[in-house]
Amino acid sequence: MSMEIFPEQWARFTPRQRILRYTFFLLSAVILYWSVTSIDVIWEWVWDSPRQMGDLFSRMVPPDTRNLSSILMVLWETVNIATLATAIAVLISLPVAYMAAQNTTPNKATLWIGRFILVSSRSINTIIWALLFVAIFGPGIIAGIVAIMFRSIGFVGKLLGEAIEEIDHKPVEALEATGASRFKVIMYAIVPQVMPTFWAVSILRWDINLRESTVLGLVGAGGIGVMLQGAIDTFNWQEVATILLAIIVLVIVGEVISAWLRRKIL
Amino acid sequence: MLKITDLVKRYDTGQPVLKNLNLEIKGESVVSIIGSSGAGKSTLLRCINRLVEPSSGQIQLNGTDLTSLNRSQLRKARHKIGMVFQSFNLIDRLTVMENVQSGRLGSLPTWRAIARKYPKEDIRRAYELMDRVGIAHYADKRADELSGGERQRVGVVRALMQEPEILLADEPTASLDPKTSEQIMGLLRDLSREFALPVLINIHNVTEAKEYTDRIVGMRYGRIIFDALPSDLDKDAMDSIYSGTPAADRGADVQQSTVSGDVGAVAT
Amino acid sequence: MSKADTQKQLVRDTWQKPPFIANPYIRWGVIIAVLVYFGFTLVNLPIDWNRASQGLTRAARIFNGAWPPSFERGGLLLNGFLESLKIAILATVGGVVLSIPIAFMAARNVAIKPVYFLGRAIIIVARSFHPVIVAIIFVKAVGFGPFAGVLTLIVYSVGFVAKMLAERIEEIDFGQVEAMRSVGAPFLSTLIYAVFPQIMPRQIGLTIYQLDSNLRASAVVGIVGAGGIGATLANAFGRYDYDFALTITLVIIGVILVSEAISGQIRKSIK
Repeated sequence: MSMEIFPEQWARFTPRQRILRYTFFLLSAVILYWSVTSIDVIWEWVWDSPRQMGDLFSRMVPPDTRNLSSILMVLWETVNIATLATAIAVLISLPVAYMAAQNTTPNKATLWIGRFILVSSRSINTIIWALLFVAIFGPGIIAGIVAIMFRSIGFVGKLLGEAIEEIDHKPVEALEATGASRFKVIMYAIVPQVMPTFWAVSILRWDINLRESTVLGLVGAGGIGVMLQGAIDTFNWQEVATILLAIIVLVIVGEVISAWLRRKIL
Repeated sequence: MLKITDLVKRYDTGQPVLKNLNLEIKGESVVSIIGSSGAGKSTLLRCINRLVEPSSGQIQLNGTDLTSLNRSQLRKARHKIGMVFQSFNLIDRLTVMENVQSGRLGSLPTWRAIARKYPKEDIRRAYELMDRVGIAHYADKRADELSGGERQRVGVVRALMQEPEILLADEPTASLDPKTSEQIMGLLRDLSREFALPVLINIHNVTEAKEYTDRIVGMRYGRIIFDALPSDLDKDAMDSIYSGTPAADRGADVQQSTVSGDVGAVAT
Repeated sequence: MSKADTQKQLVRDTWQKPPFIANPYIRWGVIIAVLVYFGFTLVNLPIDWNRASQGLTRAARIFNGAWPPSFERGGLLLNGFLESLKIAILATVGGVVLSIPIAFMAARNVAIKPVYFLGRAIIIVARSFHPVIVAIIFVKAVGFGPFAGVLTLIVYSVGFVAKMLAERIEEIDFGQVEAMRSVGAPFLSTLIYAVFPQIMPRQIGLTIYQLDSNLRASAVVGIVGAGGIGATLANAFGRYDYDFALTITLVIIGVILVSEAISGQIRKSIK
């Protein structure tokens, strides 16, 4: 085709692309329309909601700090839930990651067991785990710790397993060539390579768990959430405000600490 | 003594990489293997300690048939075979001392390996060897803080810690600059004399092979087509080692013609 | 130097791995502090062994009651999921739309100082609260049901999308903006031609990712009354309908895996 005659029209997309784009937009609009019109919402409440929200927040000021000392105590308990659960989960996730990584797993069966543990742990939210463990252990922080543990194993194990799969294989080959046993090869050639990921993931999960442990109490599994639920149930909005502020401080401090740890360790 | 008889390595599909290869290495000589990429040099070396599993044939090291060993016997045998790698294959995040001691993992009790409580005689030997190659002052440094030449010295010391009966070196200088590369070759030659250790080196650099080794083996597409003193490696021999295509050689397979000279001529 | 000293220098047969923390006081201090912390908290765990041992039989009862999963109330299940999907879609749209101005506010290279701090504060607050806490507040303010869920997940989306988007805006190539300005383009054209093309790929990826994670989160916020499949699940649990609860959980897992795979595929094909 000759390029001597330049077209006077220019369009960014070919007709086919344009049709695809318009179909996509149309589809999105239809889905959005369906969602808005069929959702089970009382629209009067929606229009009224800004006023309701304003009303609620106005009842929150000024925050009531009379219970501050017991709030701080429970906050400390929340930190303990997150820390203990993270520590135990990290230890358990080590063998799981070893099983779920293709290059270290002993055989096909262990690979699938490892993967099954990771998937089931990861796809069930902490709160749902907590519901289950509250039913088993009764209300309290044990249920909370176990729930956070169960959720964290999948998270840590998956990332660790990927790190194991991505290691540099050359040192492994070198140690195999010296006649070292499988276990020693793992300890010398694999573990050192995975260590940075191990610390990074543990710190990251601790940070996440700090957040998660603030809500365990809402299903009865201990921590600051119990107190929050109590204050909400008794319409003590000023204390709710204090607790919410305490949670913000906790989360921010947690983020600062984990950033500091990451700098120190990695 | 290393004696390789009728060695064949065939990967899942296609042509064998090593074709009925025979090789004998006696005494404490330094032998270099040259040949273009894909000639099977690396596969040959890795077949010796069975990092690559040979398809058939025999490999005998001082009377032991390596190809017939089971896993635990193989581990013991590997402990007697040192290996040095092109990219050093050190554990970057461990100290030089730990890297060096990892050469003894085959005989070290597990708790000592984990606790880093190495036996006194191993530590003394490590310091002596590191001193010999000039890296003793790096013992506490992490391996990734060292330069290429220093890293390869760590690799060499790791192999020597095994008190090996033979040392395999897979392109030990290919990742190094020319000057360091010559130093490492000189070191391998000297160590071979000092420890009465046969050394088998894969190498691309023919000049270095001629200068630092006692015998040169030329490989082409899975066969040894040259095996003589460095002084015998003349231009004709070089041409036949580094010319030809896999296709030409496969053609030769069909005709059962193994005369090296005329195949090279056909290809050029 | 005496001969013995030289000898000592030559024969080195001890070696210790350099410790992680060089200063021995700090090192032992940290080790002891960690041990004491874990020892103390572990010992003080209020473990009621009686209750825990009963827990096993209770667990057995729950799992017995849960097996086999019951699909009898398939209609309820489907409705719950459709509601979750609607919540996720509306919250994603609302959250992403809201995220764009907030992200511009929270981008250091675009916004003036006071606006920047306001933008950052909004993001920090939105990120600090777990969606379940936000949900419980909204449920109290606007009543039970999906509307509270949508509001919750809008906050949740803003916390993530605005943060990521603000980071992207801070990385944009300002040369393109200058080029547009130099040809005399008005503000809106500058935005459309120089800024949006640079943030668009990230924005689309984020939107799809957020839709996926909103769908997950909607299963959770329902537990505290914000509608969707979570509410169905909490009801089933509350009525000891463990077989139905198991069904719901299994279906949630399935849907999450599928939606993760789909969103991963789409994001990969966009890149």
